[in-house]
Parts: sequence; structure tokens; C-alpha cells
Amino acid sequence: MTNSSAVLNQKSFYEEGNTKAKSGLAAWIFSTDHKRIGLMYLSAIAIFFSVAAIIGIFMRLELISTGKDLMDAQTYNTLFTLHGVIMIFLFIIPGIPAVFGNFFLPLQLGARDVSFPRLNLFSFWIYITGAILVLLSLVLPGGPIDTGWTFYIPYSVRSGTNISLAIFAAFVLGFSSILTGINFITTVHRLRAPGMSWFKMPLFVWATYATAWIQIIATPVIAITIVLVIIERLFGVGIFDPSLGGDPILYQHLFWIYSHPAVYIMILPAMGVVSEIIPTFARRTIFGYKAIAISSLAIAFVGYLVWAHHMFTSGMSDTARWIFSLLTFLVALPSGVKVFNWVATMYKGSIDPKPPFLWVMNFIFLFSIGGLTGLVLGSLVTDVHLHDTYFVVAHFHYVMFGGTGTIFFAALYYWFPKIFGKMYNIKTANIGVALFFVAFNLLYFPKFILGYMGMPRRYYDFLPEFESLQFVSTVGSWLMLITLILIIWNLMHGILRGRKSESNPWGGVTLEWHTSSPPPLENFKVIPEVKHEPYDFSQLEDMKND
Amino acid sequence: MTDSNHIIESAADNHIHRDDIGAKMGMWLFLFTEILLFGGLFLVYAVYRFQYPDQFHIAGMDLSTAIGTINTIILLTSSLTVALSITALQKQNKSLSIIMLSLTISLAILFMINKYFEWSGKFSAGIYPGSEDLLSRHNGEILFFGLYFVMTGLHALHVLVGIVLLSIILGMVVNKKITYDYTVKLENSGLYWHLVDLIWIFLFPLFYLIQ
Ligand code: HEM
Repeated sequence: MTNSSAVLNQKSFYEEGNTKAKSGLAAWIFSTDHKRIGLMYLSAIAIFFSVAAIIGIFMRLELISTGKDLMDAQTYNTLFTLHGVIMIFLFIIPGIPAVFGNFFLPLQLGARDVSFPRLNLFSFWIYITGAILVLLSLVLPGGPIDTGWTFYIPYSVRSGTNISLAIFAAFVLGFSSILTGINFITTVHRLRAPGMSWFKMPLFVWATYATAWIQIIATPVIAITIVLVIIERLFGVGIFDPSLGGDPILYQHLFWIYSHPAVYIMILPAMGVVSEIIPTFARRTIFGYKAIAISSLAIAFVGYLVWAHHMFTSGMSDTARWIFSLLTFLVALPSGVKVFNWVATMYKGSIDPKPPFLWVMNFIFLFSIGGLTGLVLGSLVTDVHLHDTYFVVAHFHYVMFGGTGTIFFAALYYWFPKIFGKMYNIKTANIGVALFFVAFNLLYFPKFILGYMGMPRRYYDFLPEFESLQFVSTVGSWLMLITLILIIWNLMHGILRGRKSESNPWGGVTLEWHTSSPPPLENFKVIPEVKHEPYDFSQLEDMKND
Repeated sequence: MTDSNHIIESAADNHIHRDDIGAKMGMWLFLFTEILLFGGLFLVYAVYRFQYPDQFHIAGMDLSTAIGTINTIILLTSSLTVALSITALQKQNKSLSIIMLSLTISLAILFMINKYFEWSGKFSAGIYPGSEDLLSRHNGEILFFGLYFVMTGLHALHVLVGIVLLSIILGMVVNKKITYDYTVKLENSGLYWHLVDLIWIFLFPLFYLIQ
């Protein structure tokens, strides 16, 4: 491509930083460059994901047959708690916004950085502090926490383990999330390139924007809830203690007022990535741009009103229950709008099934199963039966891992050449996608059936009749391990040894593809002027001639 | 708003990126999260007040309306002084601005001193979380005092943060790091201080005036 010559005489952000230190660790950890911060998040998150995944594999090993195989019940309790806490608070909630939002939001907007670059670095450090606190809670006397990632009252007040420290870590992580959210919202309002009106923004920007709003609206509620639990542990004020007049159910309300919207913090950015990848590989402008953009906001809004569907069996009035059930069904509408628009975009497109696109296909399949089983859990009658069973475990792995997790890989494979200026091995990548599909379903589909048969979640042992399906699931976890190693190895190999990539290998047209790969320190030589719709592929010819 | 627009134009040739409207927008968003943080507590308060209206009433009698009123006046005045300090600086009257800012900080410290005496009075009367005296009372009263300590405590923490913040800002005004054509940091700190005031305006009637 012609702009490779431009790449040669331009320094990338790897070669030129904005810190005093010109190279080494200090040039990264003190850098306010949004791209470096994004990559630092990526490294941290990759480590946490790997640790939590390995914990998951060990849990599956314990579940390979009835009785005690590897560990006792208490160890299993701490492991599933740890697995959940790391996956939720350290991987999937910060995940896409912190890594790809940081890296690509300014690029897609045509900006030189986010609005508050120093605050951005600060958020990263808070994130790391939170992570260190989680680690400390494992090793300090008192022992690792064993409440499950939901920290339900009353056990979280009574448990002798290091709950206060661990949930304080969640508080700190929430603070990081809030500051990132504030930064992104301001950036979108203030730093759009000339000509980029709201409805010319790429859909990933829209999704990140909606997510940022959820981050700042919902997170303070969990923050105060956590503070209350800590106060309760330290001083016994009684706010959640029935013997002093308090109400433990109130804790669940407060917890889910945050944690349900948090589910949308996890999925919305992923949906944004999908809306980027599909047009690029279908060579066709997105179908229903406005509907997709606005459905992000609609999901963000309705997502606030459904929290109590996690509590159908906790004790609520029937009126409250059916209202929350109804509202839950409503969330399916904007989600459906998106899926139909994506499919319509592919219709009559000239589809180029490269690995990122295949990851998206994986996503649509797995996420649809996750979403539809969500409706099963959202309806009262069935939920009373399935609540707290493996059906729920299967459901949330399908939406979180099959949904957001898959798209995390899709985004990595899509933006890899942009970030690193190199290319991974396409064939290996394709094999990875296929293996992932098989491993995933082998690992989690049996859990739907197990849950339906009555296997409760968070148990380290089970009845003999569950044994064969549990075994299948464990075999699936081995295949998953191999797959993850393959996927990550391919990326690492690409970074270290991959061949040089063209600047725009997929033929994308959003602004990040208008600059060299990897981008220079301040992203653009001249801030581009936006004249086209975001997914107008007629500009591709002009871009080549630039 | 027009003011800050003007500021941006005059800084347009400045190489360093500067966006005062953006900075204020960020601050407003942050204040919004603060309101939601307290919002969670107000929600808890509402639930228990609804559940135990009479006992909240009885427990409220134990609080001193006088101290509450004095503290309200102190905070309101400090909000005024911080606003004056901003206007003074914008009108290029640096020394007045410094005086007003110092006054704000002094008032904040006065508030904390008052709070200290109020709380220690409660402690010596045997009212603190987990005390025998308190546990012998009705559940509603236990919750009232629990919320009283949690909510005014969290608010006091915000006052402390405000004192530190305003002191730093004061230092910056003195050292000319904040000048009349670049007041956004001072304005943002002022906004924070107004928020602390605002939250108190709600806490005051909820605890001191419900007898
Ligand atoms: C290698 C991949 C993974 C394996 C083998 C795995 C396996 C498991 C197992 C066996 C459980 C415990 C079920 C129970 O006893 O109730 C569990 C729970 C959980 N997993 Fe995973 N998982 C994996 C990936 C993920 C990912 C990617 C996420 C999130 C994005 C995730 C989030 C969770 C959560 C939130 C829980 C609930 C913890 C709790 O009950 O407190 N997992 N997982």
C-alpha cells in the first residue's frame, strides 16, 4: 500500500514517548500517552485473565468426579470466589474500555489524546493498587475470601476471612472505573475531530460512551454499599443486621443496583466492537446505524431498572417480581435490534471471513444462546426452579465469556496490526477460532443440562447421576486450556516474530485506519477533517492514494 | 460559560492542550457521582425512616438543633466566601481572593471542631455503634444513630478532603500557579465545596429537624 512509505519516515509511539525517560520501564509507567496506557492495561489484564482461567481449570479438575479429588470444600470456596472476583472486577469490567477504549477512542474521534491524560494514568495506577490489594487479601492472615464474588450479607459480615480488604479493593477498582468513565465522556463531548457530528461517530465510540455513563452512574452505588459492609464489619452499626433492625435484603438490592448495570458495562463495549468488525469484513456500510447507536443508550437506560431479577427467590412482593420480570424482557428488545442489524449488514455484503470476523460469528452464536437462556431465567416460573443452579453458571459464562470474552479476542485480532504494526499467523488464528467454539460448548453446554437436573452452583461435590456430564465439562476445560494457549501464543509470536503488516490490512475506513500503524505519538500528523459517514467504503480508494 | 469560552480563545496559540469547558464538564460529572454515592445512603435512610417513623422521631430529640444550625450557617457562609474568592481573582484582585479562600478554610476547620465536640458529646453520653446504652434501645433508634454516624461521618470526611484541597489551591494562588486568566482549578474546587455544602443542607433537616 502506498502509505507504507509514510510509515518509514514517521516515528511510531513506541519509538517516541512523552516522558522524561526515553526508554525502559519508566517511559511506560509514567507515560500519559493513551496508547501506552491501553497497552499497560492489556498486559495487566492478560495476566489476571490467565491466572483466573487456571483457577477455573483447577475447579473443573476437582469436579471431575464425585467426592474429594484435589481439594477440600473450603479451598473450593476460596477458589470460586477468587475466580469470580478476578474475572469480574479485574478482567471483564475494565476489559474492553480500559484496553481498546483507551487505545482507540481518541484515534476513532480524530483526537491527539483523551481529555485528561494525567487522570488517565492515575486511573491505571488506581487499578493496579486495587489489584495489589486483592493479592494482599490472599496472603495476609485471616485467609483468602470465601463468600463468592457477590459478598452477600450476612455471611460477608460473619466470615473470618479478609473480606474488608478484598472489598475495599473492589471499591478502589470502582474508583478507577469512575475516573475512566468521566474521562471518556468528556473526551467524546470535547475532542471530536472537525466535521464529526454525533451521528458520524463510529459505533464503538457510541458504545464506549454509553458504557462510560453506566460506569459513572452505577459505580458509586456499589462504592457506598461496600463502605457500608466494611463499616458493618468494623463497628456493627446494624444497617444490614436484622437483630438490630436492619435488612439483609437491602444489601442485595444495593448490590444489584450496581451489579446489574455492570453487566452492561461488560457487554456494551463488546457490541461496539462487533459493529466495527462486521462492516469492515462485509465491505458494506452498517445497516441501521442510528438504531444501533441509540439502542446502546436504551440498553444503558433500561439496564438500570431490572436489578431485582437476581432476587426473585430472595423475598419480594409478587407485584415487584412481575414488574421486574417484565422489564427484564424489555432489555431483550434493544439487544435484538442490534443482532438483527448486524445480520442485515452482512446480507449481500462481500464477506471476507478473516479471523476477526470469525470471532464475531462465534460471538453471535454463543451470545444468542446466553441471551435466550437469560430470558428463561428472567421469567419467574422457570427462575424459581433454576435459580442458583448450574443453569445460571452456564448462562453467565455464555454471555460473559462467550460474549464479551470472545469479543475481547476479536478486538485483539482485529486491531492487532494497528497496535503492533505486525501480523499474526492467519491459519493458526482460524484453527484457534474453531477450537474455541468446540471447547467452549463442551465446557459449558453440559452445565445447562446439569442445572436443569438440579445441580446447585458453588458446590465442590455432587450426586453420582451428574458424574458423566461433569466429566464432559472437565474434558472441555482441558481443550479450552489448549485453545487459549494456542490463541495467546499466536499473538505473542506475532508481536515478536510476525511479519510487518500493511497500514490497513483489512480495509477499514474509520479514522484509526487513516494514520500509520502503529500510530505516531500524537496519532495524526494533521487532525483529519471528517467528510464521510463512518462506514462509507467509497473513501477506501482515496485513502489508498493519500 | 461565556467567560471560559473567552479563555479558550486567548489560549488558542498556547501549545499545551487546554480545555476549560472540558475540565469543568469533568468536574460536574465527578460531582454527579458524589451525589449518587450519598444517594445510596439517602435511599437506606428513606427505607428505615419509613419503617420506623416514631423511633426516628424519638432518637432525633437527642441531637442538638443548635449545633446543627450553627454548622449549617458556617458551611453556607463558607460557600459564599469561596464564591467571592473566585470572583475576586477573576477581577484580578488577588489579595482579596487569598483572604476569602483562607476564610473558607478557617470556616471549614471551625465546622470540624464543632463536629468534634458534637460527636464526643454523644460518645460520652454512651451513644456510639455497639455501645450497651444504644443496644438497649429500640431497633429504629439504633438504626437512626447508625445512619447518623455513617452519613455525617462520610460528610465530615468530605469536609476534610475539602480542607486539604482548598489549602493546595490557596498555595497555588499565592504562587501564581492559578491566575486571573486561568481560574478553572479554583472554580472546580469551589464547585466541590458547594457540593459538600449542598449535601449538608440535606443532612441537616433529616437528622436535626425531625424531632
Ligand atoms: C478457562 C475458562 C473458565 C473455566 C474453566 C471456568 C469455570 C468455572 C467454574 C467451574 C465455576 C464454578 C461453578 C460453581 O461451582 O458454582 C465458575 C464460576 C464463575 N466464573 Fe468461570 N470459568 C472460566 C472462565 C470465566 C470467564 C472468562 C469469566 C468472566 C468473564 C468467568 C466468570 C465466572 C464467575 C463470575 C463465576 C461465579 C463465581 C461465584 O459463584 O462467585 N469464568 N467458572
